[in-house]
Amino acid sequence: MTSTEMPDWDGNLMAGPLSELFALDVTAAVVRCRGCGASAEVATLRVYGPDPGLVGRCPGCDDVLLRVVRTPDAVWLDLGGVTSLRVPAPAAGGPAVPGAPA
Amino acid sequence: MDFVTRGFQGRPRGRDDRLPPGQYLTGDFPVLSAGPTPGIEHHEWELWVATEDGTRHTWSWTDLMALPAETVTVDIHCVTSWSKLDTEWRGVSVDTLLADVETGADYAMVHSYGGYTTNLPLEDLLDGQAWVAFEFDGDDLRPEHGGPARLLVPHLYFWKSAKWVRGIELVVEDSPGFWEALGYHDYGDPWREQRYQGD
Repeated sequence: MTSTEMPDWDGNLMAGPLSELFALDVTAAVVRCRGCGASAEVATLRVYGPDPGLVGRCPGCDDVLLRVVRTPDAVWLDLGGVTSLRVPAPAAGGPAVPGAPA
Repeated sequence: MDFVTRGFQGRPRGRDDRLPPGQYLTGDFPVLSAGPTPGIEHHEWELWVATEDGTRHTWSWTDLMALPAETVTVDIHCVTSWSKLDTEWRGVSVDTLLADVETGADYAMVHSYGGYTTNLPLEDLLDGQAWVAFEFDGDDLRPEHGGPARLLVPHLYFWKSAKWVRGIELVVEDSPGFWEALGYHDYGDPWREQRYQGD
């Protein structure tokens, strides 16, 4: 069930702490919800916080998809609510890309 | 050498003495949420306690209201650094709820409507230290502050005082709750400034 109440934030609020973890802009990444199977750009998540931490919920079912906490000396990331994270990347070409299908 | 100056002993505890390290005073009551506010009506509300052997005790709202309630005035301390003094709550002591519950568990995992969890040693819920609170400042506890009922454990950081409480799971082994699994301290004593893991 999706709540009609809207949080104060969307996934763009996660850009800061996530940029400390990922070289690419993760707000453009697409996550797939483990609960309902819906796919959503991180920027479109319903985000609660920022304190004690950022909680990104599925726009489809309100399940928790990802959480980020910035402590004084670490960034903590929980991706337990997603089955996949697809990050747009430059076209693969030239030398073989590690991890790409042969 | 005597480090205690004459007149220091017995001095009433002032405001500064009641403010744990790193905290500031607020007159507001900030709302922090990890998700949408659950709308729980009294007729559908239920509180359960489950023991380590699977025994389950439940209370309806009517059951809760029939139990002896206490009015307590306590200071509360949020891990985000605000503290609020002399807050008045009314609720049922967890001692009362657990009076007839047989358990050998040392820990509790508290569950909320909406899926939130937090873990505590069971002894921190006993001996007049914790309540299931349903009134704040003389009025029904508002949903954004955890109504119809929230846990109140004022001697620990306020994330342990789970809003929208629905169950207390008594367990033999400790495991981290919602925030404790993501960098926050397992215990959360504001006087020892236990905000994050390793503090």
